[in-house]
Amino acid sequence: MPQGTYLRLLVFFLGPALVLYSVFSIYPLLATILNSLYSHQKDGSFLWNGLGNFHTLLFDPTWSEPFWNALKNNFVFFLIHMLVQNPVGLMLAALLSLPRLRFRATYRTLIFMPTMLSVVVIGFAWQLILSPLWGIAKMFLQTFGLGFLFAPWLGEESSALITVSLISVWQFVGIPMILIYTALLAIPDELIDAATVDGLNQFQAFFWVKLPLIWPTIGLVSVLTFVNNFNAFDLIYAMKGALAGPNFATDIMGTLFYRTFFGNQLQLGDPSMGSTIATMMFLIILIGIMVYLFLVQRRIQRYSF
Amino acid sequence: MLNKGLKTLLLGAAAGLALSGAASAGTLTIESWRNDDAQIWKDKIIPAFQAKHPDITIEFTPTAPKEYNAALNAKLEGGTAGDIITCRPFDASLELFTKGHLAPVNELASMANFSDVAKSAWTTDDGKTTFCVPMASVIHGFIYNKDIFKELGIEEPKTEEEFFAVLEKIKANGTYVPLVLGTNDQWEAATMGFQNIGPNYWKGEEGRKALIDGTGKLTDPAYVSTFATLAKWSPYMGEGFKAQTYPDSQNLFGLGKGAIYAAGSWDISTFRGQNVNMGAFKPPVPAGTTDCYISDHTDIGIGMNAKTKNAADAKVFLDWIGSEEFANILGNELPGFFPLSNAKVQLKDDVAQTFVNWRGECKSTIRNSYQILSRGTPNLENEMWNVSAQVINGAMTPEAAAAQLQDGLKKWYPPQQK
Repeated sequence: MPQGTYLRLLVFFLGPALVLYSVFSIYPLLATILNSLYSHQKDGSFLWNGLGNFHTLLFDPTWSEPFWNALKNNFVFFLIHMLVQNPVGLMLAALLSLPRLRFRATYRTLIFMPTMLSVVVIGFAWQLILSPLWGIAKMFLQTFGLGFLFAPWLGEESSALITVSLISVWQFVGIPMILIYTALLAIPDELIDAATVDGLNQFQAFFWVKLPLIWPTIGLVSVLTFVNNFNAFDLIYAMKGALAGPNFATDIMGTLFYRTFFGNQLQLGDPSMGSTIATMMFLIILIGIMVYLFLVQRRIQRYSF
Repeated sequence: MLNKGLKTLLLGAAAGLALSGAASAGTLTIESWRNDDAQIWKDKIIPAFQAKHPDITIEFTPTAPKEYNAALNAKLEGGTAGDIITCRPFDASLELFTKGHLAPVNELASMANFSDVAKSAWTTDDGKTTFCVPMASVIHGFIYNKDIFKELGIEEPKTEEEFFAVLEKIKANGTYVPLVLGTNDQWEAATMGFQNIGPNYWKGEEGRKALIDGTGKLTDPAYVSTFATLAKWSPYMGEGFKAQTYPDSQNLFGLGKGAIYAAGSWDISTFRGQNVNMGAFKPPVPAGTTDCYISDHTDIGIGMNAKTKNAADAKVFLDWIGSEEFANILGNELPGFFPLSNAKVQLKDDVAQTFVNWRGECKSTIRNSYQILSRGTPNLENEMWNVSAQVINGAMTPEAAAAQLQDGLKKWYPPQQK
């Protein structure tokens, strides 16, 4: 192929993606990082501030306390997803791939459905379910004589974050399920047949044959969970507002960023500090992904059939 | 990435605004967050104005309240904003004025109809320039269900002692939630709780100004006592009030399941829609005090885009906003929003009239966190939401709440550092 044609083809095929990616991903990212190096003045102008904003965010107690609190909450939010959402997703996928399951498509659709609902709807629905005034959670517990267990979970400082996390788990459990289910389907029947001939029962076949084959998918699911959790914002904003109460018990990086960048009630938005928090979120996610790539991804063995 | 999402959103919004463009000359476009009132503007306010000024066309183009500030800023920066700007109180509008987006309105004849308190929300710190015409205020107090009061044989409480006796009586009966308020959304606790009953303790304007000039502290007995009283509310609030949202509260009272509702006057129209037989009483006075104070909070103003092509027409319109005629339309069409002008206004809604009568019986003040004191970090208003909710939840003592507010304010506000 002549070089001119080759270049033209290159531009034709890569150009649109490159332009879109640059305009909507790379440019905003760089602009945000650049913004974080300036300080926003009252008259609307920006002054060069170097790494000053980061110093303020990490070492001035007025900023650092909310920051560490949000980061800690965000890790709790992530851990709950890792400990509940992904194992449950794996279990559901394993059940779905049982050879003699009836209504497979129905289960799959029902479990995946919440993922496609708007967060606002989910927040509202769960707020109603858990409401101490009109909710069914209380009546449900009372039916079993467990009414004493009921508390306004979303309003208690000790339980609000866990409750919100579990609602998010409920919403998104369909994603690990579908991804892992697809991976399970891709395992050739010969392998399972061979294992059965060798005398393994269903459980043993799952743990010794299937699980090792889907580790790469579980790794991928974990990374997706990490990125999504550290970018999370909407569910908490919908249920607890921008101040993420009580006493910032449900404040995560996304809500802290939102308050700082866009402001809240009388708090005016501060684009510089907002960008600083956004940059920190980017760095945290970057570090998390690098740890995964270097420490985990390389050790995962892949099999091709 | 979050960054990407946001920037895309902003770009999209900016593009949409650019396309909508500015209105033609001879027409005044009004920017507002009051999309709830669009019908009233279209059917009542604009026709009334045009009856006198047929040559000026008005277009009311509201944005959703949550997006208003961001959208307005983007439009002003991009030069596509309307001629008339509805003003949020205090710093949000002051920032627009300092950036040169709002024009001064001092010279308008109708500005003489407004008191200094009314103008304070839209005046520079030195008190010299006013940049929006005060339009409406909201008043705090308590709305109660008349049927329930009659059934249980209770009277409107006047003092705090009577207030708690009434609550106790409703609680003893057991049928109704005595006091409707939730702490899930936090602002309810601060606005309908702390700012509602507080002025009686800190003597309204006197206490508010003392905080600004640094002679008063948030750890003073007035503030600790306000929190101490709030802390006593929780036994009378609905079960699970910690997870009760603002719409929950509105429904609880609107459906007749609650007896007393810690209110903002804007709730009147909500409850009218639900046909509640209601009355209102002002914040009961604490023991040993005789004077009463109410929170009569400046909430909506209206100003002029400094870069409008229609400055002459815009001034005619703003001048009319300050008139008695407008005050009457506003007060009657939007019960619960009260005109700020000194004009005598007769309201058709009896509950709204009750609220506005308090202006003559008590001294008016505005919420103490709004002027100047919420300019720094930590933000005083945010802090008040947080600690007020915690005090009612029983998670924080009144003393600790007051101390946290004072520490936060002292961190950045020089007059409090002396």
